Amino acid sequence: MYALIDGNNFYVSCERVFRPSLAGHPVVVLSNNDGCAIARSNEAKALGIAMGAPWFEIEHLAKSAGLVALSANFALYGDMSDRMMSLAAGLGPAQEIYSIDESFIDLAGVRGCLADRSFKVRARILDWIGIPCCVGMGATKTLAKLANHIAKTAERKPGSYPAGLAQVCNLAELTPAARNEVLAATAVSEVWGVGRRLTAQLKESGVHTALDLARLDPAMVRRRWSVVLERTVRELQGMPCIELDLAPARKQEIACTRSFGHPVTDLMDLSQAVTEFASRAAHTLRRQGSLTNQVLVFVRTSPFRQAPQYSRSISMPIRRPSADTGVIVAAALRGLRAIYRPGYQLTKAGVMLLELQPTTVQQAELDLGRSEVPERSERGRLMTAMDELNQRYGRGTVHMASGGLAGNPKAWAMKQERLTPGYTTCWADMPVVRA
Amino acid sequence: MTSIFSPTQPVLVSDTPLLARLLISRVCAGFPSPAEDLGAQRIDLTQVLITHPQATFLLRASGHSMVQAGIFDNDILVVNRAMTPRHRHIVVAVVDGEFTVKRLYQLGGRVKLQAANPTYPDIVPHDGQTLEVWGVVTACIKQFIA
Repeated sequence: MYALIDGNNFYVSCERVFRPSLAGHPVVVLSNNDGCAIARSNEAKALGIAMGAPWFEIEHLAKSAGLVALSANFALYGDMSDRMMSLAAGLGPAQEIYSIDESFIDLAGVRGCLADRSFKVRARILDWIGIPCCVGMGATKTLAKLANHIAKTAERKPGSYPAGLAQVCNLAELTPAARNEVLAATAVSEVWGVGRRLTAQLKESGVHTALDLARLDPAMVRRRWSVVLERTVRELQGMPCIELDLAPARKQEIACTRSFGHPVTDLMDLSQAVTEFASRAAHTLRRQGSLTNQVLVFVRTSPFRQAPQYSRSISMPIRRPSADTGVIVAAALRGLRAIYRPGYQLTKAGVMLLELQPTTVQQAELDLGRSEVPERSERGRLMTAMDELNQRYGRGTVHMASGGLAGNPKAWAMKQERLTPGYTTCWADMPVVRA
Repeated sequence: MTSIFSPTQPVLVSDTPLLARLLISRVCAGFPSPAEDLGAQRIDLTQVLITHPQATFLLRASGHSMVQAGIFDNDILVVNRAMTPRHRHIVVAVVDGEFTVKRLYQLGGRVKLQAANPTYPDIVPHDGQTLEVWGVVTACIKQFIA
């Protein structure tokens, strides 16, 4: 048995913990650069705001319907997620943190009524942290995820499912007839792993609901579609095929890309942005204990603007695999100079580290001529010191000079006009209580 | 058949000589520290002040309504959301969407928030208004030199 526990409208719920006055109002959280809605309160959903709706399309609702929009405050969401996950872990013996607001729990060996236990954990998370959650349970991860969708929808839209399934839904406890009924009431697009394209294909073949999909013959699905969809069908039929992923695999590539707050044309500004992106990627690389062989850098204009279009990327090989910020930034800047053309209104740039390998594997080589960088171990110590200083005194305390001086306004900086304070992560931003 | 995992018999793992390195090889001259075995840990303030780390939040007090309870302007409050609020607890409550810190009065079916300063009136929820307790204040931190 598996459970999927996840926070309702998680980012909005986090914001509401520290701004109780937002309760009952339509609220959305906007993506980086205040681009589009990435979390919506139930009231915002009721206004018809779709997931990913661009801000400029829904901005008028701020005046007409009292819609409140906030810039994403990931420092806050990360801390609240951490608190929530550690309480959710109490549901069973093993936990897989699937995303910032979702975790799978293995319920093997848990005795007693699972629904009671889930309601208790749910109540604890709500009382202790202030985040409302829903819990879905089933014989497989796919069924648990589906049950979670049912629990959430039953709570938000009364009448969509039996009221008894709201907040906590255990598909394994239902009679086969009742289970078929809820699966028949669930669109196939809500099944874990069934994306937009697959949904269209399935509909053409007459598969509209989760129940239709569960009733397909796995062997036929494998022939006609893929092994992946076959696994989904088997999971829907109650046969576990996907295990709990307890140790997330090392990333095969690391990317840091951002849209700029304002279009950028100047190479100097671009170099600063690329330096920062490369530095962040290098830091992530060191944290997972990997080295990179290739640094890819790209710039591009916005396809939504009526201006000359330009989009280029270049991949720069590194002579020796490295996790050194200096080496990676230098490669990224060389690449940037090679692809830069003046006169374009660039709105996005990014750095990707490719061909990663663990630090423990290293190709030995003859020392032919003077090496271009100082002793590797010495640079490694420098990087460790830099990471520790930035950890202790805040990100960017020590950085590459090509990133520009701290305090200078950055033309490319992200737009975060509606950012709430780092309530739980920054001493100066602590919430204030009237005495 | 012999099994190398048989627990009753000692088994030679390898007959080639093995160079064993001492993992802990500190050789100290002088008198061994008599404190070594005690394994005492230095007092950790967070351990004492924060009993429920997931449920504990820090808030900064602003105002003078709680001076007689020892809460001054700019003090840091340790707020525990895991505790059930009881009569006479100092709590953070939500009144009209704003955080306020007051003493909870909860007796004989009557609920109100009391200031610890005679110049501030009690907050009594009127009909239809709910009084939401956000968390219980378990400690107050004053920094003389920040």
